[in-house]
Amino acid sequence: MAKITPLREAVASLVQDGDTVALEGFTHLIPHAAGHEIIRQGRRGLTLVRMTPDLIYDQMIGMGCAAKLIFSWGGNPGVGSLHRFRDAVEQGWPHRLEIEEHSHAGMANAYVAGASNLPFALLRGYTGSDLPKVNPNIRFVECPFTGEKLAAIPSVRPDVTVIHAQKADRRGNVLIWGILGVQKEAVLAAKRSIVTVEEIVDDLEAPPNACVLPAWTLSAVCPVPGGAYPSYAQGYSERDNRFYKAWDPIARSREDFRAWMQRHVLDTDDFAGFRRVLAESMARIMNEVA
Amino acid sequence: MSNAETLDFTATEIMTVAASRLLKDGTVCFVGIGLPSTAANLARLTHAPDVVLIYESGPIGAKPSVLPLSIGDGDLALTADTVVGTPEIFRYWLQGGRIDVGFLGAAQVDRFANINTTVIGPYDAPKVRLPGAGGAPEIASQAKEVFIVLKQSPKAFVAKLPFVTSAGHLDGGDARARAGIPGAGPTAVITDLGILSPDPMTKELTLTGIHPGVTVEQVKAATGWDLKISPDLKTTEVPDAETLTALRDLHARTAAAHGISQGLAGGGEG
Repeated sequence: MAKITPLREAVASLVQDGDTVALEGFTHLIPHAAGHEIIRQGRRGLTLVRMTPDLIYDQMIGMGCAAKLIFSWGGNPGVGSLHRFRDAVEQGWPHRLEIEEHSHAGMANAYVAGASNLPFALLRGYTGSDLPKVNPNIRFVECPFTGEKLAAIPSVRPDVTVIHAQKADRRGNVLIWGILGVQKEAVLAAKRSIVTVEEIVDDLEAPPNACVLPAWTLSAVCPVPGGAYPSYAQGYSERDNRFYKAWDPIARSREDFRAWMQRHVLDTDDFAGFRRVLAESMARIMNEVA
Repeated sequence: MSNAETLDFTATEIMTVAASRLLKDGTVCFVGIGLPSTAANLARLTHAPDVVLIYESGPIGAKPSVLPLSIGDGDLALTADTVVGTPEIFRYWLQGGRIDVGFLGAAQVDRFANINTTVIGPYDAPKVRLPGAGGAPEIASQAKEVFIVLKQSPKAFVAKLPFVTSAGHLDGGDARARAGIPGAGPTAVITDLGILSPDPMTKELTLTGIHPGVTVEQVKAATGWDLKISPDLKTTEVPDAETLTALRDLHARTAAAHGISQGLAGGGEG
């Protein structure tokens, strides 16, 4: 049953060193606040799972949280490369990062299989691609009925899934709407889960077919208004495209990255603190990238 | 920006217009972000109002008023006929065989229109680590046909790829069918210089269209293999004023909405 709790306590009790952790959100509802809290608490040796590693995984990888990354597309959407991710893969900084690479269809099916309590996902996929040559977790099986060759990959079953959502009620039931990505599957595939929400309300006012995660499927619900920033929460905030662009020069050098993370994440108490410090430096950052 | 009285156009504009013209009205199109999304939305705003645009983040029938910067922009969801989860997009809609055209970008293509978006250099010791596969491997294999749009240069058009992320025509000929891949594969590669199409027999990319003002020598010099020229080489029709205006207005609206200039590097899943 979901406990409504501050994010710091949820991360402290639910995310352990060495865990397999999925932070999901397809452009929309990316749980940046939770990612920052994992960095602040200094988690190490994590296997990070995410279809589309973007800025928050760039930060977590660059700060040394990750031993392994399972993913299908890693970039800064609309801008370019993830420099910290590339530095880890190309130069092994801050340490070697093991990668397990899939396609989106593979990852999405692997979450569905995890949520469905199946050992592996089955799909028509990867045919003609070199990905199976570099990822031994992509294999092929024969359909027992037709003999057709189909791709099989292990289920994704995170120790902890972390997502951001629009709202929860006072019992901890969570409503998500807009672009849903694989958030529901990622939560139901995981042993434990943390959901940060924009607000806690008396009544979700959810229509019958809405995407609601019942409180009893969740471990912790944490109110963090704006907790997806610079991603967005439909109905609450807009994606801050300027920040995605500003991230590129910050992440290019190891020293600038470390200094930025120190000032904005490690030296702030929580996400509200991060937003305050960021607001102070944002004008300067924007001037520099203009 | 909306004044297109003089029909001057940039290489990127004619590439986008040429790509958009290939999309017929009513086509169900799985859209990649960046150039494919620009071309597909231009088609929707001009000659193909009933084209159905599907994005891998979940929107089906998206009708964005501005170009999405990332593949999960809110405007895509708010203007769509419906929004489903990402697993459903790949399972029911793509694997289910409902996509007419997969519209993709690429970092590199080879002479058989195979796509690399993974790595330059060895996989284990990459010279350049690229973003990776995204939705492309299954889009490339399961859409009924595939259009690829990218700028032409010897670095991007290589004889042999260091890594095949998504299958085009593999080793050429009937290799694709023999591998059991259902869709027809890439039928057109649209560039800033012209249009390349697979030879009907060998499946080798051949120059079948050339943009006005571009020479065959220029295209050959921008290709990393000995590019064959179709005996039936056609010159791309000059974009009309109405289409250019629609494209420039779309970019102007997009820049105003995102608060940043366009021309950012393509490829924005996330």
